[in-house]
Formats: sequence, structure tokens, C-alpha cells
Amino acid sequence: MKPAPFAYAKARSLDEAIDLLATRSEARLLAGGQSLLATLNMRLSAPRLLIDINGIAGLDTIAKTDGKLEIGALVRHAQAERSPDIAEHAPLIARALPHIAHPAIRNRGTIGGSIAFADPAAELPACLLALGGEIDVTGPKGKRTVKAEDFFKGLFETVLEPQDVLTAIRVPAATAQSRVGFAEFTMRRGDYAMAGLAASARADGKGLADARLAYFGVGATPLRAKQAEAVLADGKIDAAIAALDDDLDPPDDIQATGAVKKHLAKVLLGRVARQLLERRA
Amino acid sequence: MSAQSCAISLTVNGDPVSETVEARKSLVDFLREDLALTGSHVGCEHGFCGACTVRVNGVIVRGCLTLAVACDGARVETIEGISDAGEITDLQAAFEQRNALQCGFCTPGMLLTAQELLQQNKTPGRELIREHLSGNYCRCTGYQAIVDAVEAVAHARNGGKR
Repeated sequence: MKPAPFAYAKARSLDEAIDLLATRSEARLLAGGQSLLATLNMRLSAPRLLIDINGIAGLDTIAKTDGKLEIGALVRHAQAERSPDIAEHAPLIARALPHIAHPAIRNRGTIGGSIAFADPAAELPACLLALGGEIDVTGPKGKRTVKAEDFFKGLFETVLEPQDVLTAIRVPAATAQSRVGFAEFTMRRGDYAMAGLAASARADGKGLADARLAYFGVGATPLRAKQAEAVLADGKIDAAIAALDDDLDPPDDIQATGAVKKHLAKVLLGRVARQLLERRA
Repeated sequence: MSAQSCAISLTVNGDPVSETVEARKSLVDFLREDLALTGSHVGCEHGFCGACTVRVNGVIVRGCLTLAVACDGARVETIEGISDAGEITDLQAAFEQRNALQCGFCTPGMLLTAQELLQQNKTPGRELIREHLSGNYCRCTGYQAIVDAVEAVAHARNGGKR
């Protein structure tokens, strides 16, 4: 289908984008557009104004500062895939990127758009949660930083207010002790996951400390499996898998029943736990 | 400041184009309806099938998930331009020789996607070819012949070395 009519404006600065967001009650930001335009074409939403932020300078950089890696909102998935900084300092994101959609979509889709859209089956929100990352937001009252665990509120819902612009994400840079794991089940390569798991931990002797398991595709938001995390810290993979019965209660959706998703979540933990326990090359 | 229609200037297959387009018009509809470049096809219109694949500023994109107004100043290339330039003559010949198409609806998108893979990776294995083409649906061939054709061209372009 074709989208309902809307007006288009190109913002040349962050301030201009924030001002434009106030001019219409149903205004949306256009970054890569790879999720937004699909929903418009299907007429799942019909904003009155699209504000194109692709021309705003300075939002497409990747930089390491103070032990953290900052990724600008307009960094494209393909650009991130080629980035040596992301490969070195954010190996979990590097591992997840090839699973996101298809090459033509990764050429255009943005990191910030993926986080702001907050699809519960998307890879990057779960990675951000697993890494204990944070999100920079600029609104009419200025800039603020939101922790990943406070950012995702519900199905496609975040703490972003109508005039907010997500400008960057930040994750702790990986150290020699960092361990990450990633796996997902999809019907077809590049599809949204039926269930997926992004995980990080710190090597601690022969075991793991600070394990963070962030599931996607099994609820309204990316979800931490906190009881499994606690058990995994003791190195007990089977017990961690059993603990998922208390952590997760996936609803049925168009791809699978909740029971199938629960089963897949357990299989994923077995695979990802082994990745976490591998030595980093 | 904002408008339902916008004037855009861009190049399409090397030719300068200036038009006024409706803000909601997708790039692939603009190419087909306003410029009569009907080699790019409209399939699902929500990013699944890849039939609308075109190049913008040197990289492949979904023509249905790109707005024409957002292409002001861009360099757009379609199957017509890339075919006429001779850039993918070998790929086209391999698709024909190996029956890598039947109805041909997906073929322009397949060719542009395969060409991008071969530019990035001179010796892709079959698994990587399948991965790279995963966003392009073909409902006729079962993909085997398409993977064969792309693999054969990679081999030939590499001087027969694997």
C-alpha cells in the first residue's frame, strides 16, 4: 500500500528538529526509515509531518572516550558493521549486527532509529540492555542521559517525549575480562527473531561475574532474566536454564506460541552460556 | 518549511533530474511513474521482498523504504543504468545460462544485490551468497540456480581462482 499523505521537512540542526516536532501534534522523526516507512506503507500509523534528521551534522560518529564507546544516532548498521572500534570495544554489537535485517536495509537503517523504535524483537535494544548501556536524549529543556534499563517502557514504547531526539548510545568499552554471547532463532536469515538472547559477563577465575542476559522477542520489551543470571554466575548452566521458568512468560504471537518461545529461550541460553565461557581470542 | 510536495534535484543513471514530488512518494514509485524506469519492481511495499532494490549514493537500498524527497542531491542508479553501463553483463549472462530466473520479477533486485556482494567480497562461499541474498525473494527458482550463477561469476571475475 501507499502511505497516507504527510508533509516533509528537513531539519538542519538538532534545535530545528526539536522546534519542528512542536509544530504538529503528529510529527515523527525520519532517520533511516527502515521500520517507520514500512509501518506508514501498511498504514499502521499516519503522522502528519515527517522531519528528516539525516542532514544534521555530528550524529554519525563512533568514538571511545573515558572507557565508553559512543555511537551516534545516525550511524548506519552497515557503517557500524565495518567499524573497527565497534569490533574491538563493543563485540556484542558487532556479533549482533549481521543478524539485523538484510544488506540493503543495513545500508540505510540507523542505530538510533532501532533503539528509538523499540521493536521488542529487535537485536540492538537487547544488546544495549545486556551491556548496561545508556542513551543520550536532547529535548526542549536540554540534554539528558537515560539508562537502558529505564528506557524501554512497553510495546514500541520508550521514555522519549514527543519533542525528544535520541542523539547517541553509549556502552562500556570491552576489557580483557569481558565475555559476550549472542544467538537468535529466525524463520529466515534477517527476519525478526522468534526468540533471541544478547548477553554479557565478566570472566572471574573459571566462572562468570555480572552476567546480564537480555532476551528479545519474548515480551513487550527486551527482558533481563535475572534469576538465570544469578545462577549462571555460579557456573551452573542447567540450573540457569531451569530458572528461566520463573524469569520468562512469553506471550503467543504470529510466529510461535509462548510455550515454543520458552523452549527456544532455554536452547538459546545453553548456546550463549557456552559462548560466555569461551576464552576471548 | 514543511510541505506536502517538494522540489528535488538528483542524478538518475548519470542524468540530472529535477522534479516536484509528493512527500509520501517512495523512490521506486518516483522512478517508475515519473521517470518511466520500470525495471525496478514493486512487490511487497514494506521491505520484505527486495524487488525494488536500487542504488543510492553507491549502496543498495529498498526503493519502497526510501522517500523520493529524501533523495534530493543523491546519485541514484537503477537496473537500467547499471545494465546499460555494462557493469553486470557477466552476471546477467550467468543468470540466463543457469536458468537463475523464470518470471524475472525478482531479477533486477537479485542482480544489484549480488553485484554489491561481489564488490565487497571477491570469493564469497555459497553460505555467504545465500546470506547476502536473504532479503530478496524469488518465488520461481528455489534459489539454487541463483546461488550457482553468483558463485560462477565470482569464480570467473577472480580469474578462475577460488
